[in-house]
Amino acid sequence: MKEPEIPQDLTTRDEAWESRYHRNSFLLMMVVLAIAPWLIYPQFVMLALCFGLFACAFNLLIGFGGLLSFGHAMFLGMASYFAAYLAKSGLNLETVTIFSRPFTLGLHMAPLSPALAIVAAVAGTTILGYVAGLLAIKRQGIYFAMITLALAQMVFFFCLQAPFTGGEDGIQAVPRGKLFGVWDLSNDMLMYYVVMAVFAAGVLLIYRIIHSPFGQVLKAIRENEPRAISIGYRTERYKLAAFVLSAALSGLAGATKAIAFQNASLTDVQWQMSGEVVLMTLLGGMGTVFGPVVGAFVIIAMQFYLSDLGSWVTITQGIIFVVCVLAFRRGIVGEIEAWLRAHRRP
Amino acid sequence: MSTQALFGQLLIGLINGSFYALLSLGLAVIFGLLNIINFAHGAQYMLGAFAAYFLLSKAGLSYWWALIVAPLVVGTTGMVIERLMLKRLYKLDHLYGLLLTFGLALIFEGVFRNEFGSAGLPYSAPESLSGGLNLGFMFLPRYRAWVIGSSLVICLGTWYMIERTRLGASLRAATENPTLVQAFGVNVPRMITLTYGAGVALAALAGVFAAPIYQVSPQMGSSLIIVVFAVVVIGGMGSIMGSIVTGFGLGLIEGLTKYFYPEASNTVIFVIMAIVLMVRPQGLFGQR
Repeated sequence: MKEPEIPQDLTTRDEAWESRYHRNSFLLMMVVLAIAPWLIYPQFVMLALCFGLFACAFNLLIGFGGLLSFGHAMFLGMASYFAAYLAKSGLNLETVTIFSRPFTLGLHMAPLSPALAIVAAVAGTTILGYVAGLLAIKRQGIYFAMITLALAQMVFFFCLQAPFTGGEDGIQAVPRGKLFGVWDLSNDMLMYYVVMAVFAAGVLLIYRIIHSPFGQVLKAIRENEPRAISIGYRTERYKLAAFVLSAALSGLAGATKAIAFQNASLTDVQWQMSGEVVLMTLLGGMGTVFGPVVGAFVIIAMQFYLSDLGSWVTITQGIIFVVCVLAFRRGIVGEIEAWLRAHRRP
Repeated sequence: MSTQALFGQLLIGLINGSFYALLSLGLAVIFGLLNIINFAHGAQYMLGAFAAYFLLSKAGLSYWWALIVAPLVVGTTGMVIERLMLKRLYKLDHLYGLLLTFGLALIFEGVFRNEFGSAGLPYSAPESLSGGLNLGFMFLPRYRAWVIGSSLVICLGTWYMIERTRLGASLRAATENPTLVQAFGVNVPRMITLTYGAGVALAALAGVFAAPIYQVSPQMGSSLIIVVFAVVVIGGMGSIMGSIVTGFGLGLIEGLTKYFYPEASNTVIFVIMAIVLMVRPQGLFGQR
């Protein structure tokens, strides 16, 4: 049988267009973000950047692996607890109590510098992501969503009861400290640009992952898993790797947020947070590279400026969910991309 | 600790178990035909409890009326939702159904929190079910016995209807192959609407049962539904009887944990879920 003909120059030109489009939008985004804190409230932009990175990390899983996690709050929340605790108190494990029996460890460590606290928190979330991923990838589709949600709820109860998280109060007054022992992060503008650098690094890494051979296999699994298996890929390993990467990057977002906003609380590990990151990604555009960032800015702006309206924020979020699912499945950036693609110069 | 306390916890476990069973049964029935997970199930359970509250305070209708009217009303809203929204999603990835119903759950919960705040509203059990029986080894409140007994009856009734009647047979057939069943002259779209309505009505009925036991509050459903999801993963949605057995069984295990190791009572079901996933990923009663 004759092979179907694919006009070679057409596909290559499309790829060239796409990489030019991504490069330009990334540069534009960086310019806007660099001047943004001088024009609008820096705290808001900083918060939106942390959630933007979180949503991008989440999108790596749903948009490119086709796996809907409904428990990503566990990575954001645990990372912020790890980072906040390590930056504030260091490690003091004189004794551990397991099943009401004390064990002597005698482990002491001074409070960590912000960079080290973030690195340690990301390492911790990577381990959590590995364990949760091992369990969750045993099932697909709807079950995957329910399992991740249940695991996240387990982590929530752990955070509610564990002594180091401060229960309902959370961990407050976390010192920002000095970055690499030189730059004092109590300067808000400096802190902003550090957060922006972390965000840029995270997004670039995600872009690299998506466009690597690994990312291509991931997309193949999303499109048709049995076929990917029959070609000879061990799809479980790819899915697990994507899950761990997504967890680690969510952890990076959570740890940075804990240092920048100097606290960690139960809000970040609640199931509502897992829903919010789904909403940001859906609104911005699932499977687009920068869509989740746009979605995060819209949702955080809504919470930031409409916070007096109380539960109306929840209602609006619900309405956005319904409208997006019924009529706007490509999301904001997805629609823009479709328009650009249709109107691009030949 | 006394045996009195142990039996007390076992009773609470059975009560929770009856809610797990009723809710996971509804989820399984809906999933079987619609292939979506109804995230709004917890919110619809909450709506059932609120319906009972309104029927009593605004219309003066007693608990017994609420048992019939609340499921009918909430089930009807469910059918409207299915006709207007869910119907458009059947051709898409099943995840969109989950996202849509999650959005609906947020809306329901938000609207009620806006109206009634987070504090619970009291709803008392009817006169004829107050008081209790002294069984010698424990005190059994009449209302709780009624809830456990009647949810068992409803669960088994649903099982009988689906597994043993002609209606259930065509329902199961439509789960396997809707196109073929449609060709036999069964109105499958109507069947789907009614099934969703019935699943939602089961949730609302559970809400009415729960109203006198827990406070009627806007967030009563959201934390429960996550546990029910874990129950569904443990049981597997393949069999109706499986949902019932898993629901009651896990309620009992939770009650035992509260007695022997209370710190873990919130998490024990999730831990069991993790173990089941390692040993038997398809769930205890699920088929591959």
